[in-house]
Amino acid sequence: MRVSMDLELQDIPGQLLLALKPISDFKGNLISVVHHHEKKTPRGTIPVQVQFEIKSDHLEDLVADLEERGVRVVSMDEKRFLEHGAVILIGHIVHTDIQDTIDQIDNTGYAEVVDLNLSMPKINMPSSASLKIDAVSKKELQAVIDLLKYIAKEKDLLVIEPVESQLRLME
Amino acid sequence: MKTIRASLIGFGAVGQGVVKVLLAKKDYLQSIGIDLRVVAIADSRTAVIDSEGVDLAAVLAFKKEKGVVGSEKITGTDIIKTIDHELVIETTPTNIDDGGVGLTNMLAAFEKGMDVVTSNKGPLALKYGELIETANKSGSKLKFEATVGGAMPVINLACDTLAGNKILSMEGIFNGTCNYILSRMVEEHASYEQMLAEAQELGIAEADPIYDVEGIDTASKLVIVANVIFGMNASYRDVTVTGITRVTPEALLLANRDGYAIKLIGEVNDGKINVAPKLVPLDNPLAVGGTLNVFSVQTDISGPITITGRGAGSIETASAILSDIISLYKN
Repeated sequence: MRVSMDLELQDIPGQLLLALKPISDFKGNLISVVHHHEKKTPRGTIPVQVQFEIKSDHLEDLVADLEERGVRVVSMDEKRFLEHGAVILIGHIVHTDIQDTIDQIDNTGYAEVVDLNLSMPKINMPSSASLKIDAVSKKELQAVIDLLKYIAKEKDLLVIEPVESQLRLME
Repeated sequence: MKTIRASLIGFGAVGQGVVKVLLAKKDYLQSIGIDLRVVAIADSRTAVIDSEGVDLAAVLAFKKEKGVVGSEKITGTDIIKTIDHELVIETTPTNIDDGGVGLTNMLAAFEKGMDVVTSNKGPLALKYGELIETANKSGSKLKFEATVGGAMPVINLACDTLAGNKILSMEGIFNGTCNYILSRMVEEHASYEQMLAEAQELGIAEADPIYDVEGIDTASKLVIVANVIFGMNASYRDVTVTGITRVTPEALLLANRDGYAIKLIGEVNDGKINVAPKLVPLDNPLAVGGTLNVFSVQTDISGPITITGRGAGSIETASAILSDIISLYKN
């Protein structure tokens, strides 16, 4: 997942490295570092904003490690789902247990159905639905679309997914 | 001036389009040094033969009036086998089960060292490797721009114009009938069946539309593209195909609200050949409407290249046949 952190460092040499090293130790991937040396806080510390990607189960240990080193973590904002996908389903969506279809996606742990629009024209006619799915990253989005295609085959639903080049664009 | 004697085997919409184009471009062909003399024309029942050159305008009129091309009872295959000429223009209907008479004709032509220009997808989608091998053995040439994308220069674009580029993947819309039906379903908020009926009334869809709407036509074209552009040795049976018959007007509307169109897309990517209805963002160059076709390749040094145009129609298809003939015999 992607994490943004506001840190405060003491105004002595070597502090930036001290703050970044644990991120790399916990296999985080740095995306940006902004060092506000000119904006010293009333406490005499230097604010630093970092953005990185890291496995969610490492985050707690990372924060503990930073605090131990005297780096203050002022605030933290995590964004778990970076990819947003849309698919269309056609068929007997409700009668083939829509709750189960959604649960199977949500239970992956790496993707969730975040929006569903259903259109049911007449009894016994196939319904149509648009699903919005959020996923941890591009790879997981593709995996969850493949899972949905597998579920759809069993339930005789048609899945209409984004064109290939569009999926690549999301990379 | 180089005289090329040609036979035209198949005299349906495409065959007649070829004759119209040859009549219209006769002077142009001569100006670039090609004297194309059609010495025989065959349809499924009859033929007309004249070693000095068939009167093309008269044949068109005769076909219109009588429904047949001439009075001789000789098959296209026998024309190839028994009459001296250099070029076979093969425009018989596609047969995707076994290649049909088109395959027989092409192999017979290569046997005699003749060149072939064709619009017939079946033989190429089933036996591409065998055809190329047989042609090479006898020094014959095989050109088939007309099999894919009608007037759009798909094969020549990828193989000649973009020379030096590696083509990484391709996708596109290769069936105007499906594109028309899907586009109209959105416009009218009407069912698939209603818009199919409209397309049939306008002559855009065949009486038996299975070949188009089940994606078979798109799949055959993709196989040809996969073999020629990507050097695969694929056959029609290697393609995963889903047609458009299950698409509902509600699905099109829901997609539209999210900023997507639903199009029957053919893709060759990562060694896989796939035909299915897909979501295409409305601002994507692939989102063309009506009966238009579109073809997009991803290249290593030129990035994406997309062309769009009329994918069917007798004159449009004949234009691709003409360009193949010119590229064979110019110089």
